[in-house]
Order: sequence, then structure tokens, then C-alpha cells
Amino acid sequence: MDLLTLQEYWWFLVSVIGALFVFMTFVQGGQTLLYRLGRTEDERDLLINSLGRKWELTFTMLVMFGGALFAAFPLFYAVSFGGAYYVWMAILFCFIIQAVAYEYRKKPDNLYGEKFYETLLYINGSLGIFLIGVALGTLFTGGNFVVNSSHLSHWTMQSYGLEALLNPFNVAFGLMLVFLSRMQAGLYFLNSLDAPTVVARIKKVVTVNFVMFLVLFLFVLGMILFSDGLVYDSATGVVSVQSMKFLHSFLDMPLLLVLLLVGVVSLLWGVFIALVKNSEKAIWFTGFGTIVTVTIVMLILGLDNSVYYPSLADMQSSLTIENSSGSHYTLSVMAVVSVLVPVVAGYIFFVWRSMDKTKLTIDEVKSDAHHY
Amino acid sequence: MEHTDLLVDWSRAQFALTALYHWLFVPLTLGLTFIVAIMETIYVKTGDEKWKTTTKFWMGLLAINFAIGLATGIIMEFEFGTNWSNYSWIVGDIFGAPLAIEGLMAFFMESTFFAVMFFGWDKVSKKMHLTSTWLVALGSNLSALWILVANGWMQHPVGMHFNPDTARNEMQDFWEVFLNPNAVSKFLHTVSSGYVLASLFVLGISAWFLLKKRDTQFARRSIIVASSFGLIASMYLITTGDESAHQVALNQPMKLAAMEGLYDGEKRAGIVAFGVLDASKTIGDTKDPFYFSFEIPGALSFLGYHNLNAFVPGIDDLIYGNKEHGIMSVGEKMQKGKIAVGALTAYKNYKKAGDLTKASRALKTFEANEQYMGYGYLKKPTDAVPSVALSFYSFHTMVGLGSWFLLLFLISLYYSMINEMHKKKWLLYLALFTIPFGYVAQEAGWIVAEAGRQPWAIQDLLPVGMAASNVASTSVMITFWLFAILFTGLLIAEVKIMLKQIKIGPEGH
Repeated sequence: MDLLTLQEYWWFLVSVIGALFVFMTFVQGGQTLLYRLGRTEDERDLLINSLGRKWELTFTMLVMFGGALFAAFPLFYAVSFGGAYYVWMAILFCFIIQAVAYEYRKKPDNLYGEKFYETLLYINGSLGIFLIGVALGTLFTGGNFVVNSSHLSHWTMQSYGLEALLNPFNVAFGLMLVFLSRMQAGLYFLNSLDAPTVVARIKKVVTVNFVMFLVLFLFVLGMILFSDGLVYDSATGVVSVQSMKFLHSFLDMPLLLVLLLVGVVSLLWGVFIALVKNSEKAIWFTGFGTIVTVTIVMLILGLDNSVYYPSLADMQSSLTIENSSGSHYTLSVMAVVSVLVPVVAGYIFFVWRSMDKTKLTIDEVKSDAHHY
Repeated sequence: MEHTDLLVDWSRAQFALTALYHWLFVPLTLGLTFIVAIMETIYVKTGDEKWKTTTKFWMGLLAINFAIGLATGIIMEFEFGTNWSNYSWIVGDIFGAPLAIEGLMAFFMESTFFAVMFFGWDKVSKKMHLTSTWLVALGSNLSALWILVANGWMQHPVGMHFNPDTARNEMQDFWEVFLNPNAVSKFLHTVSSGYVLASLFVLGISAWFLLKKRDTQFARRSIIVASSFGLIASMYLITTGDESAHQVALNQPMKLAAMEGLYDGEKRAGIVAFGVLDASKTIGDTKDPFYFSFEIPGALSFLGYHNLNAFVPGIDDLIYGNKEHGIMSVGEKMQKGKIAVGALTAYKNYKKAGDLTKASRALKTFEANEQYMGYGYLKKPTDAVPSVALSFYSFHTMVGLGSWFLLLFLISLYYSMINEMHKKKWLLYLALFTIPFGYVAQEAGWIVAEAGRQPWAIQDLLPVGMAASNVASTSVMITFWLFAILFTGLLIAEVKIMLKQIKIGPEGH
């Protein structure tokens, strides 16, 4: 395969992993709904235990997202992580605290008490997801970095990434992910819990979060389609501004436009059948829709000579899949390794199915010796 | 781009802090996953419910440890980007691959089957549950494999070439990186150390139950598994340790010299079994480096080169050069390195200006001196020496404790085979009090490996000073303290929870 094809392939994989992560953030969304959906301790334990069987997968997906970026686009890894230092560090802190919270929350002698660990879960689910959204938003709006001729980079603002919070698009992107995660959590619970009192509260939660999500999503999509974007010349690498860059990209690649529509329709269909037809299977449609939509939104950044990480400090330092990737050899090796992806996906699916054959009940959580 | 010393120090301090914390939990996971897998296998084979109780008890402790291992682990991967961004670019083409493979091959396996292991007892068949437990063990050990391939490459970079146009090292041969002898010995040594620590953990806690005269059957069962697994692992640990030292001698002679406090190289060099370093000793003076020492003659030559008469270069030989043994001085390497750095800049400038003849001449000069490029960034020759005290004491602590562990497993296995372990109070106390020393040995091992290779992020290629991110040192200082507070807070909670679960005992699980 030639280098550009490999770069595109890897950008596609990064997009899919990012999209799977966004889907899996229903775990985080659920963490913010503990007290909204669970009125008694038993109900909250049920919610925690239902999420507790999935949280590590979300966590791993985030790690995988980082790993894939490192292996395939090391310059992005260096520029963004080493530059937008405070934002990434804040995100990591939000995930560090999640990792202990499930296991330690209910344990006797846990030093800080149950509420403390629930707060950690709430921070992870709200601030953590919001900041990830802000960071993803900067893929469109850019960062304040300069890359020198040796490809070494530095950030030009002492706020090291926190300045991204001043951009309304980034903030909208972050909030959009928060509402999406909460909405998906509701749908996930509908599908996996057998607890009528809890389930009765879900519809309202889904409705509210869906409306908020939709408003933000339309704003974000509009901004993506109609704002100026950066484009590079593939022969010289020179970066320039193009108006309505991503709208042009979608028109150049109508298949992506169709897929985007499929994703959005599937997402909406899921919400519709949950709210109107009382379907428990809604998460499958909405989840599929989320995965497809996010994949396409990420993908469009890397294709059609787009800049996927604009520099606000020096336009010519902007990152593209061509100027930031690993070598031809490494991308090829990693492409071979990527044949493992379906294997991994296969066993995850198999395990998920066999563990979730029956819906989780309060009684089951109580009788299980090891529960969160 | 040169960084301030302060920034590099804080960056190193933060990496060391987070890695030392992470390393408190990983070795136990590496070993305990195997121990519970062995116990569960006995349960499935015999159908004896007591073995199920035993398995579940240790699994419960594993879960507590695993959670904080994940919490301290996620930061490690991202820190290469946040704090070592130049490093991420300069060697990311090689280093990123094993990290990504680790995620794909190991982390998903661990996290997927972990859920089955804990919540699947009544949901899946016995066989599938057992398979899941083994897959968690396999997954955690695979994860160690890939991260140590990456680490081994930092200690002994192979399978790549420097691309002057992109100013980075690029992978040329994946198999050479993967089968790097340094990586192989590092992996085997590290995982076996994890098996030893987990065995000490199980042995020590079981000893506590025997001392308390409660759950004695459970404790005796656990001791049999732990002391036999620990004994085999210890023997293996010593063998792989020998191979690791051999690799250090071949590729990192300065590290070996620092580990032994050896300033003047010699044939038939000995190993210092005990010794106290003279803090006033400086490089190049004629002082004895030790206040007192007890040496085993010839042992270092043998350990390092598998030859009693081999010459082992000392720190002075490596700094000032030694013609007789063909060792170039660091000063000379620095000169060549500076020529390489200058030629690389000239090459880029000529190329930009379109003068291809001069560019190709500059490239030739660069290539002739390329292997010393890393030395071109050092400020003075003595910068090439790691902390001798830190390397020496950690190395000797690790080796001393490792030998004690072997002996402890041997004695414990003997007494439990003749069914007298529970009567030997002194042995039970020894086993209990050895647990913290297991952790000391782990951390000491990590310090030898990582502090011993300073000033290099990548041996001879990239000093840490060049590798760090260009952020303000105050930013790193802030995150350092946040990590210190958060991880300490979590550690205290973890230990408390763990102790409580032990007190509750196997019947409560």
C-alpha cells in the first residue's frame, strides 16, 4: 500500500476507535444519573453494578485511542499532549479517579466514604466527558502551537490549552458529548435493567438530554459545515484557508454525506422508538448511529486535503495526516497488527452477550458476593 | 531545543513518581492473576468448594489492587506525550507501535475477561469462567511484554535508522525491535519478579491467618501454592537477572559500573557483596570509592561477561577513555556528537537553500558521526554518569532481598510439605514481615533500570534534557504535586480496604 493510503487507513481506524469511545461513554453518562435515576441505595447499587461491568471497556477504549494516535500520528501526540498540557492532564485526572471509584465505593473501611467515590464518578462523567469534547472540538478550531523545522513543537500560550474553553464551538462540543452520554445511558439502562421503579424515571431523563443534545448537535454541525476550514496542497504542503471547507469535502465525497445521514437517522430512530414505542432495544440504534456519525465527523477531518489540527499561532505548522504520521514501514506493520481488531471485537461481543443474557436485578446484585 | 534543568528535573520527578506508584501495584497483578488461575484450576479439577472459596478470597484482593493499578497506569501512556513530547516525535515511530499493540492485544483482553472473572460465576459455565481467569493472567502478562519491549528498546535501541529529513528515528525492522535481547531478558526478569512478589504476598498473609489460628485450612492450601510457585519463580528470577546483568554489561557499561561503584576498570573484577560508598569520592580522583566493602573476586567479570578474566570498564575508563581496551572518552564522543548536530543543521539549511552538493556533503559528515549524536547534547563529560549511590544501593538491595526470598520459599515449602509450617512461629512472622520487602525489592529494581541509564532517555541517542516537552516548569511542578497528593490519598485508602478485606477473611467472600 502506498503511504497516503496507509495514512488514510490509520486515520479511519483512529476515527472508529474515537467513535467507539464516544458510544461507550454511556458509562460516564450513567455515572452522572445515579441520584437522578436511583432514589434508594439499592437502586443506586443496581445502576453502579450495571455500569460496573462495562466501565473498563470505555477506559480501555480511551487508552487505545491514545495508543493508536501515538503509533500512527506521533506528531499529533507530541504537539497536542505536550502543548495543551493542562487540558489533557485534567482529562487524565478525571479518569484516574474513576478507576478506583467502582471497586472502593462500597468497601468497608474505604477511608473517605461512599459519597466521596460517587462524587469521583460524577466528576469523571461530567467534567471528564466535557473536557474530552473540548479537546475534540479543537481538532476543528485549532490550538496555539508552533512546529519547527526539526518537527519539535511548543505552545505559545501560558494557559497550555485551557484557552480552548473560551471558544464557544469547543464548549458546545463538550456539552454536546455530556448530553449524548447521559441520553445513551438512559437507553442503555432501558435495555439492561429489570427494575420497574428505575425504568419509570428513564424516559424523562432521555427526553431532556435528547433535546439539549439535539440543539447543540445542530449548532456544531452547522459550524462544521459552514465555517472556514484549512486545506493543504498535497504537492507543496502549503496550508491555506477555504470557506465552507467541510461542506465542500462532503460534496466531494457524497458517500460520507450519505453515511452521516444514516448515522443521524439511526440515532434519532433509537430515541424515537424509546420515547414513543417504549422499545427497550433503542440503544442499539442510537449506539450504532453515534458510532457512524462520530466516525464520519472525525474522518472528514483527515480526508480531502483537510487539516485535522489547525495551528492558530502559525498556520503552516498545522497538522495533516500526511505531515504528522509515522513512517511507511511502521504504518504497514501496524496495518498488519490491525487484523486483530475483528478478533478483539469478536470476543468482546461474545462476552457481552453471555454476560447480559438476562437483565440485571436488584436481587442479583445483592446476592452476588463480589459487587460494586 | 535545550530545556532548562529545572523543567527536566520536574519532568523526571513526575515520571519517576507516577511510575514508582504504578509499580507498587503491577507486579502483584502480574503474579496474583496466575496464582488465582492455578487455584481455580484446582477447584475445577477437584470440584472441591474450599478451593473456590480460596480462589475468591485472593481474587477479591486482586480486584482492589487491580483498580488502583489501572488508575495509576493510564497516566503512564499519556505522559510520553504530555511531558516528553520531543521524545514522542523523535522516537515515536518505533516506540508508539508496542504501546498501541499493548492496548489492542492486552488491555482489551484484561478488561473484557476481568468482568467475567468477577461477575460471571453464575452466568457462564465453569470452564468458560476458568478460561476467562487464565485470559486475565495472560492479558496482564502480555501487557508487560509490550511495555517492556518498548522499555528494552530505550535501553538498547535496535531495528531503526535516523531519517535526517524528518529528524527522527524510524523503524526498520519490527522483529529486531521485538526480539531485542535486552527486551526479552527484561520481560522475563520483570514478570518473574511479579510472580515472586505475589507469592510473598499470599505466603505472608496466609502466615498471618496461621498466627491468628483462624481459617487454617485455607491458609495452608494457599501456602502450598504460594511457596511452590514462589520457589520456581525465584529460581527463574535469578537466572533472568543474570541475563539482564549480562545485557547491561554489553550495552550499558556505564550503568554496570555505577551499579557496582566501580571507578577503575579491571580484569577479574569483583562484586561488592556489602559496602558503604564514600560520599566524597569524585570521578577521576584516586580515593577508594568505599568506606569499607566486602568483595567476591571475579564475580562481576563473570556476571557481566560470563568470563572470569573479562575486563570490566569503570566509570573513569568510560569518561576519560582507555586506549588499551579500545574505549573512547566521553569528551571525544561529545566532540563527534557536536559535529553530527552541526552537520545535520547544515544539511537542512543547504537543502532548504537548494544547494544539493553541499547538502550531500553535510549529510556525509553527519553520517560519519551519527552514532554519537546524543553526546553532542551533553554539557560536560561527567553528565554521562548516573547517580552512583542510587544505582549501587538499589541494585544491592534488590539482589540481597531476591536471595532472601528464594530461601524463604524453600524453607516454607519444606515445612508445609512435612505439615509443620503452622507450628513454626518464627517462620510465620518472617513470612509476614517479608511482604513489605517484596515491594522494596520491586521499586529498587525499577530504580536500577531507570535511574541507572541516566542521562539517557534512549541509550546514547537522546538525553533526557532533549526529550522533555516545552512546557513551563511550574506547570509540571503543579501536576507533580497533584499526582503526589492524589496517589498518596488513593494508596492509603487502598491499603485500608485491603487490610479490612483480609481481616474479614475467606468466609466473608
